[in-house]
Amino acid sequence: MKLFGRKTSEGELLAGGENAIANKEVEGLSQGQIVRRRFFRHRAAVIALVTLTSIIVFVLSALDTKMGPIRIPGWWKWGVEDIPELRFEDCPGGTTGCPTLSINPNSHFGFGTHPFGQDDIGRDYFALVMNGARRSLMIMFVIGIVSGFIGVVVGSISGFYGKKIDSVLMRLVDFLQTVPTIIIAAVIGKAAGKVGPLYLALFLGILGWTGLARLVRAQFLSLREMEFVDAARVAGASNLRIAFKHILPNAVGQIIVSITLIMAGAILTETALSYLGFGVVPPDVSLGLLISQYESAFTTRPWLFWWPGFFIISIALCVNFIGDGLRDAFDPRQRRRITKKDRLQAKLQVKAGE
Amino acid sequence: MTEKNVLQISDFNVDFWVDGVWYPAVIDMNLGLAAGKVTAIVGESGSGKSTTALGLMSLLASNARMQGSVLVKGEEMLNAKSSVLRQFRGKEVAYIFQEPMTALNPLFTIGYQIIETLRNHFDMGPKEAEARALELITMVDIPDPAGSINKYPHQLSGGQRQRAMIAQALACDPALLVADEPTTALDVTVQAEILDLMRGLKDKLNSAILLITHDMGVVADMADEILVMKDGITVEKGTADQIFNKPQHPYTKQLLGAVPKLGSTKKRALPYKEDAKPDPVLKLSDVTIEYPKRGRQPAFTAVKNFSLEIYPGEIVGLVGESGSGKTTVGRASIGLLPVKEGSIQIVGKEIAGADQKQLSAIRRHTGIVFQDPASSLNPRLPIGESIGEPLLLAGIAKGAELAHMVEELLDQVELPRSYRNRYPHELSGGQRQRVGIARALALTPDLLIADEPTSALDVSVQARFLDLLQELQVKLNFACLFISHDLAVVDILCHRIAVMQNGLLVEEGDRDQILKKPQNDYTKRLISAVPVPDPAEQRIRREARLALKK
Repeated sequence: MKLFGRKTSEGELLAGGENAIANKEVEGLSQGQIVRRRFFRHRAAVIALVTLTSIIVFVLSALDTKMGPIRIPGWWKWGVEDIPELRFEDCPGGTTGCPTLSINPNSHFGFGTHPFGQDDIGRDYFALVMNGARRSLMIMFVIGIVSGFIGVVVGSISGFYGKKIDSVLMRLVDFLQTVPTIIIAAVIGKAAGKVGPLYLALFLGILGWTGLARLVRAQFLSLREMEFVDAARVAGASNLRIAFKHILPNAVGQIIVSITLIMAGAILTETALSYLGFGVVPPDVSLGLLISQYESAFTTRPWLFWWPGFFIISIALCVNFIGDGLRDAFDPRQRRRITKKDRLQAKLQVKAGE
Repeated sequence: MTEKNVLQISDFNVDFWVDGVWYPAVIDMNLGLAAGKVTAIVGESGSGKSTTALGLMSLLASNARMQGSVLVKGEEMLNAKSSVLRQFRGKEVAYIFQEPMTALNPLFTIGYQIIETLRNHFDMGPKEAEARALELITMVDIPDPAGSINKYPHQLSGGQRQRAMIAQALACDPALLVADEPTTALDVTVQAEILDLMRGLKDKLNSAILLITHDMGVVADMADEILVMKDGITVEKGTADQIFNKPQHPYTKQLLGAVPKLGSTKKRALPYKEDAKPDPVLKLSDVTIEYPKRGRQPAFTAVKNFSLEIYPGEIVGLVGESGSGKTTVGRASIGLLPVKEGSIQIVGKEIAGADQKQLSAIRRHTGIVFQDPASSLNPRLPIGESIGEPLLLAGIAKGAELAHMVEELLDQVELPRSYRNRYPHELSGGQRQRVGIARALALTPDLLIADEPTSALDVSVQARFLDLLQELQVKLNFACLFISHDLAVVDILCHRIAVMQNGLLVEEGDRDQILKKPQNDYTKRLISAVPVPDPAEQRIRREARLALKK
């Protein structure tokens, strides 16, 4: 398919070509528009995008946000530090702090005072989960950005210059890949836990870029041989311009997809580390930490697992689906399958035409 | 409709489902093909000829719908059960594709691939199949059959790979051979050999051949009957003689008219006098170019002791087969490849050994048009930006002034100004090559290097492209190094011709001198291998060529 993407335009004698029909779909659209269109056709990805956005907005707006002297109040009545009275009436089996959320529409639908329940000392579990989700999201994005940045820079330099620089950088990648991430992260996490989750995220980001760097390098190696790069060089473009204006935009699809997958992995790594006790440490909360703290209460108070678990799974799943949708959208070979509905619709159209 | 026909296509329609609408790709095709005959389907890209070929055996993508009837040996193929189709594919109907490198599996030896085909269709032991495979490889004239049977596709040359694919196709003595552009990826001399081979095998095995091609010369060489297609419609059908000598439909006439013919253009006077030559624009003296050693691969000398001069206002054709080093010369002339020995001068300035700064100063005098319209434009940049880049980087213009200059350049190559904001994928191959010219001419260069700019284009598009290039050359009076493997194109365009073989310059001279009175044997062979779009003349040439070979 050497001429993929060729298309016709109305009344053009020269236009046409082998893929004229297949490219009717992309007529008159820029690359970005095509990608957007393909993405929005991927139903799972769109649902995931909407869900993730809602989760982020929901989680961020629930609690008070402090940025230096500015304080934006959240809409939820409890904060992480509040210790309201522990509730124990109508809880099953003599437990305390059971959730008041009732989603049975027939009887009494309502949130109650503590919809997700309370922890051992009575702190509102909804507030804790929201705070944990915030931390986990923050860690996820920081890891994505840091490893994305390092991966792209190292991969680009390696692929663009080749030769010695490439060898040196790729040996570094080999070395980092042989290091067991979870153990290094545990050691760093132990140290970083005291300084806060942001540093943990930065460290994890610094370890997580190797796969992306290889990918970007491969893209650069193949794109660098394209004729348009030679054309730019003949036009007098500097190396920097060739790398940033001509090669990188063409690799951006792969990069975005890869970063979303890194992010989905990051939230799970954070959870795993926190569960092992090497990630986020109290008094800070993260979703993984919440799960590990109430490990022993699984049989008696299962709600302490439901909600952190629900958020971890939803976020990781959404990011994965978005990555999936982006990959399909950037892949020019993706064609839509024809469904029975499509065939029926075409038949109806023909009939209407007659 | 006779029972004897191996292939009988009636009212064949193919539609593709795109974005909620069925688009027709083949419309009401009718065709009968008897054993031992060759029918050619000709047309330009997008006319539906390959779709027809793949549609016969239901090999199309899932968004295709086929209607009508395709009978192979009297058996219906359309909407047949996949078990029936599998029986016919390979055994009764075999395919030869355009690009043997991608059609053969690189992980298996050619022998294994032929044996696999054999054992899929016949109850055969491994020994027996191997003996038969060896026989087939011998039949298609691959040198050293016993050794070649264990070779992987990448160890064979392009022509040998195509032969291996033909051997695989012939493994089960198919009644019908579908050849989809079988020689497009090959050099002319190899093409001539492959066509000879196919002709010989057809007579020996009495197979029918459905030949799909855009090359009228190949058609003239092979076909008994011809079907001309345009936009899915069969515009004309007839015997080879009828189509070539008495074409009825205007499209057929146009198509035949666009095919460049060797020796059909008038003499073009050199733009300077032989005894008072001006200073050359490009001067290569004793240039040797080497691809350095890579890992275990030894260094490879692509061009050796090459000397050539190009004077202002003339077009010099550089011809040769693939691997002869002509593209290497072109790329080195513009400083994209380092020179090992010798010197390259552009308007008196030395390129060999120049640093980045000197190079970019020299490059302002040059432009280059690349071979592949698909990869020569950055898919992420609107074409206006691609065209304007040399101007912007040279600091000649920016902003509104740049936009204005880009529009002028688009006018020059006869593209609408509104195309400035379009992206490369929206343009056809011919339009993209025009954009390539506009970009190359942006700095009004003294020297234009055109590296096979028409090899990916249809003949009618190529004809228009060549006209445009000629007009621009006369208007702007730049010197041009035109690299091509197509002698007929070079014949139309060039004042002088240089012929290369294996990195060496074998002959150089005036156009007419080279084409009419070639001195070198290689040049003679090259010229005689070019198929001519005229069945009668082609037959004479074929016999002359065979005589030359003996």
